[in-house]
Amino acid sequence: MSTLTDPRKESFSVSMLIYDTRYRSTTIQIFVLVLVLMVVFWLIRNTAQNLSDLGKPIEFGFLLEPSSYDINQRLLDYSSRDTHLRASLLGLLNTFVVAFLGCITALILGVLIGVARLSKNWLVARIMTVYVEMFRNVPVLLWIVLAMAIMIESLPTPKAFRGENATASMYFSDSVAITNRGIYIPEPLFSNSLGNLSFLGDSSVRFDISLDLMLIIAVLIAGFWTSSRINSWASKTQNETGIRPTVWYWRLSVVLLPLLVVLYYTGFHLGYPALKGFNFQGGTYLRNSLIALWLALSLYTAAFIAENVRAGILAISKGQSEAAASLGLRPGPTMNLVILPQALRVIIPPLISQFLNLTKNSSLAIAVGYMDITGTLGGITLNQTGRELEAILMMMLIYLSVSLTISALMNWYNNSVKLVER
Amino acid sequence: MSDTSFVRQEMLSEQPAPASSVGFLGWIKNNLFSTWFNSILTVIALGFVWYILAGVLPWTFLSVWNAGSLSECREIARQVWGESHGHACWAVINDRWIQLLFGFYPSHLYWRPILAFVLLGFALAPVLFPQSSRKLLILSGLYPFILPWLMWGGSIWSPIMALIGFVMGYLAIKNLSERIGQLGAIFSSIFAAFLWWLLIGPVFVDLLSANIPIALESVASRDFGGFVLALLIGIVAIVCSLPIGIILALGRQSDLIIVKAFSVAFIEFIRGVPLITLLFVASLLLNLFLPPGTEFDIILRVMIMVTLFSSAYMAEVIRGGLAALPKGQYEGADSLGLDYWQAQRLIIMPQALKVSIPGIVSTFIGLFKDTTLVSIIGLMDPLGLSQGIRANAEWNGIYWELFAFIALLFFVVCFSMSRYSMYLERKLQTDHR
Repeated sequence: MSTLTDPRKESFSVSMLIYDTRYRSTTIQIFVLVLVLMVVFWLIRNTAQNLSDLGKPIEFGFLLEPSSYDINQRLLDYSSRDTHLRASLLGLLNTFVVAFLGCITALILGVLIGVARLSKNWLVARIMTVYVEMFRNVPVLLWIVLAMAIMIESLPTPKAFRGENATASMYFSDSVAITNRGIYIPEPLFSNSLGNLSFLGDSSVRFDISLDLMLIIAVLIAGFWTSSRINSWASKTQNETGIRPTVWYWRLSVVLLPLLVVLYYTGFHLGYPALKGFNFQGGTYLRNSLIALWLALSLYTAAFIAENVRAGILAISKGQSEAAASLGLRPGPTMNLVILPQALRVIIPPLISQFLNLTKNSSLAIAVGYMDITGTLGGITLNQTGRELEAILMMMLIYLSVSLTISALMNWYNNSVKLVER
Repeated sequence: MSDTSFVRQEMLSEQPAPASSVGFLGWIKNNLFSTWFNSILTVIALGFVWYILAGVLPWTFLSVWNAGSLSECREIARQVWGESHGHACWAVINDRWIQLLFGFYPSHLYWRPILAFVLLGFALAPVLFPQSSRKLLILSGLYPFILPWLMWGGSIWSPIMALIGFVMGYLAIKNLSERIGQLGAIFSSIFAAFLWWLLIGPVFVDLLSANIPIALESVASRDFGGFVLALLIGIVAIVCSLPIGIILALGRQSDLIIVKAFSVAFIEFIRGVPLITLLFVASLLLNLFLPPGTEFDIILRVMIMVTLFSSAYMAEVIRGGLAALPKGQYEGADSLGLDYWQAQRLIIMPQALKVSIPGIVSTFIGLFKDTTLVSIIGLMDPLGLSQGIRANAEWNGIYWELFAFIALLFFVVCFSMSRYSMYLERKLQTDHR
């Protein structure tokens, strides 16, 4: 009877930590961890030492002190007696404003240009190529500064609108004034206003919600919902009887009529800007820095989006459009029903990163004096309080969370439209 | 019956194609006026091009080149063409182009940046164009040490000692890897290099500078400016961000959990914040993070931050290239018995980098354009200088000419980079389509 012998028990030796592949990865990781922790510890110790030498311990109390500076373009009420925290909040909202406006215009322009670059018309395709190359190869900061310079130097001053022999005039029957300080457009006003709902009382993050606006939005949502119900009823009827009832006037009226009623009862009218004293009063005021930033960011990003759109359309194989043609679809429906739905899946991921780039590039607002989060928290607040570490840390965290949120939302959307493969 | 039908017995000779479908006319018909919609588009586009050119061409070419100020420019234009607007005043470029290119670099030392960029051309040639001489690779290797010496000046011994540190590290790897294994050799080479740089090297620098003083006149960082500064920051960041990006991409793809976590955290953090906040860190905070009393050059700080910024983007581009490789390539490398670094060096990286060339180059272009952001933290790059020129009493109110010149500088560099990447893509294309 043979005896089974156990394999020789391996004794562990230190050299196995390096030479044995079973342990080596752990060794390397622990080594990296220790190294990184040492560097981080070293940086923190230096910072603590430097800060205590300067007599500036880390604290965020400065956020609740009065800011004593003005923010000239804002969404919420604010005065220089408000806190730095409120100033930062308004800055953040301003970042959102310019990023939102910029993303929409850049998307529209980008899609148009991208499609036009693929046009069969040689001249149109060439013009769009020149546009794309011109904007892609020149720094965005230059476009922003140039747009601001054009606004300031070439547009008329408010003074030019005055008097008998005024050199400048307002557009659209005296409702829009384009001046070198910015653009004045009519504002919506309600003479029987329902008032505002104020939230969070007197704190730094207080905000008001206009009940008129809420009512209009609610009516619109209800109208669109009813309209879509009517549409699905029409489709159902068509499926059953083969004849589609004419419903477009129903669909239009359920959206428009309630809206008109609400607008009439709240006393909706437009407030026009008018020249009073040295400047225009009334109306909604879009500062020149906002316009310059918006224009430059959207023109610049549109060039990149155009390239993504073009690449997406080119990625769809020619067989798809040929198959559509053999089904008898005309070029328009081919684009809408066959090419674009497939191209969209290719276009969306790079589009997300272009939107993120635009949002991050909006921090260049500081170059033209638009009060976004970099201009308030990272600009004047930082300079006034001397709290570099806290301000920059907060600013980075805010941008980081905005970026991560946008990319998470967009990735969620991307996953929902993604082709489900086997 | 038979005589009612007519059947042609002989072939007709070939007719030439209708005049409207060949040649110039045919091209115009096919490309510009194929449908009524296309015809309308063409007419609108022609009108647009005419409008732009009618504005831009007279402005550009009927222009004033010699004047001392904007008002003088306008006066000259009024005398020559009868009106003041609609004529460019290139006199501002004529007056300030040297400043826009070199900043406040001492004028008797202009040869140094010029020489540095001429040498750069030679150092890049063997990397960019394989048909150029291989001997130039020696220059490419030495260039990182020549560039700072030419730009900042100072003793020649500091760059030489820095170079010797690398040589020491290389020798350590070469001689020790047989005896104590690869990992040990890497650690000891790093140790040897740092030992040299921090302890032994400085002693030699002092000793040699005192006895054999070979030095160029020093130039302070605050004198750097203009397009030279943009190029300097751009080149350093481009050269450094590629290797760091590769390491980060490998870290993110790696099986080692801790290494992967650090790489992901670094990449996502950097990509989540705008470059301007990192430049604020460079200008305001970096000195806080270092031991008390460390004074360290602002341009160097900016270079570090710009490099870190672009290496995170580079890592993502290269990760895309790595992900595009079929799994068989990794398994093939394993089955040949290659270890991790051999597989990366010989099989994975050459293919992954080839796939990601367009992304890499567009990151380079983005990085080079982003160097203009340093004007916000007060460095005198072309945009920073342009603000100064526009604030000047003589040139107050000028903008198109200045920005057109700066835009042209950037356009030339960025556009040639993108064309080079297209050339490289075509040259490296190995699939047969």
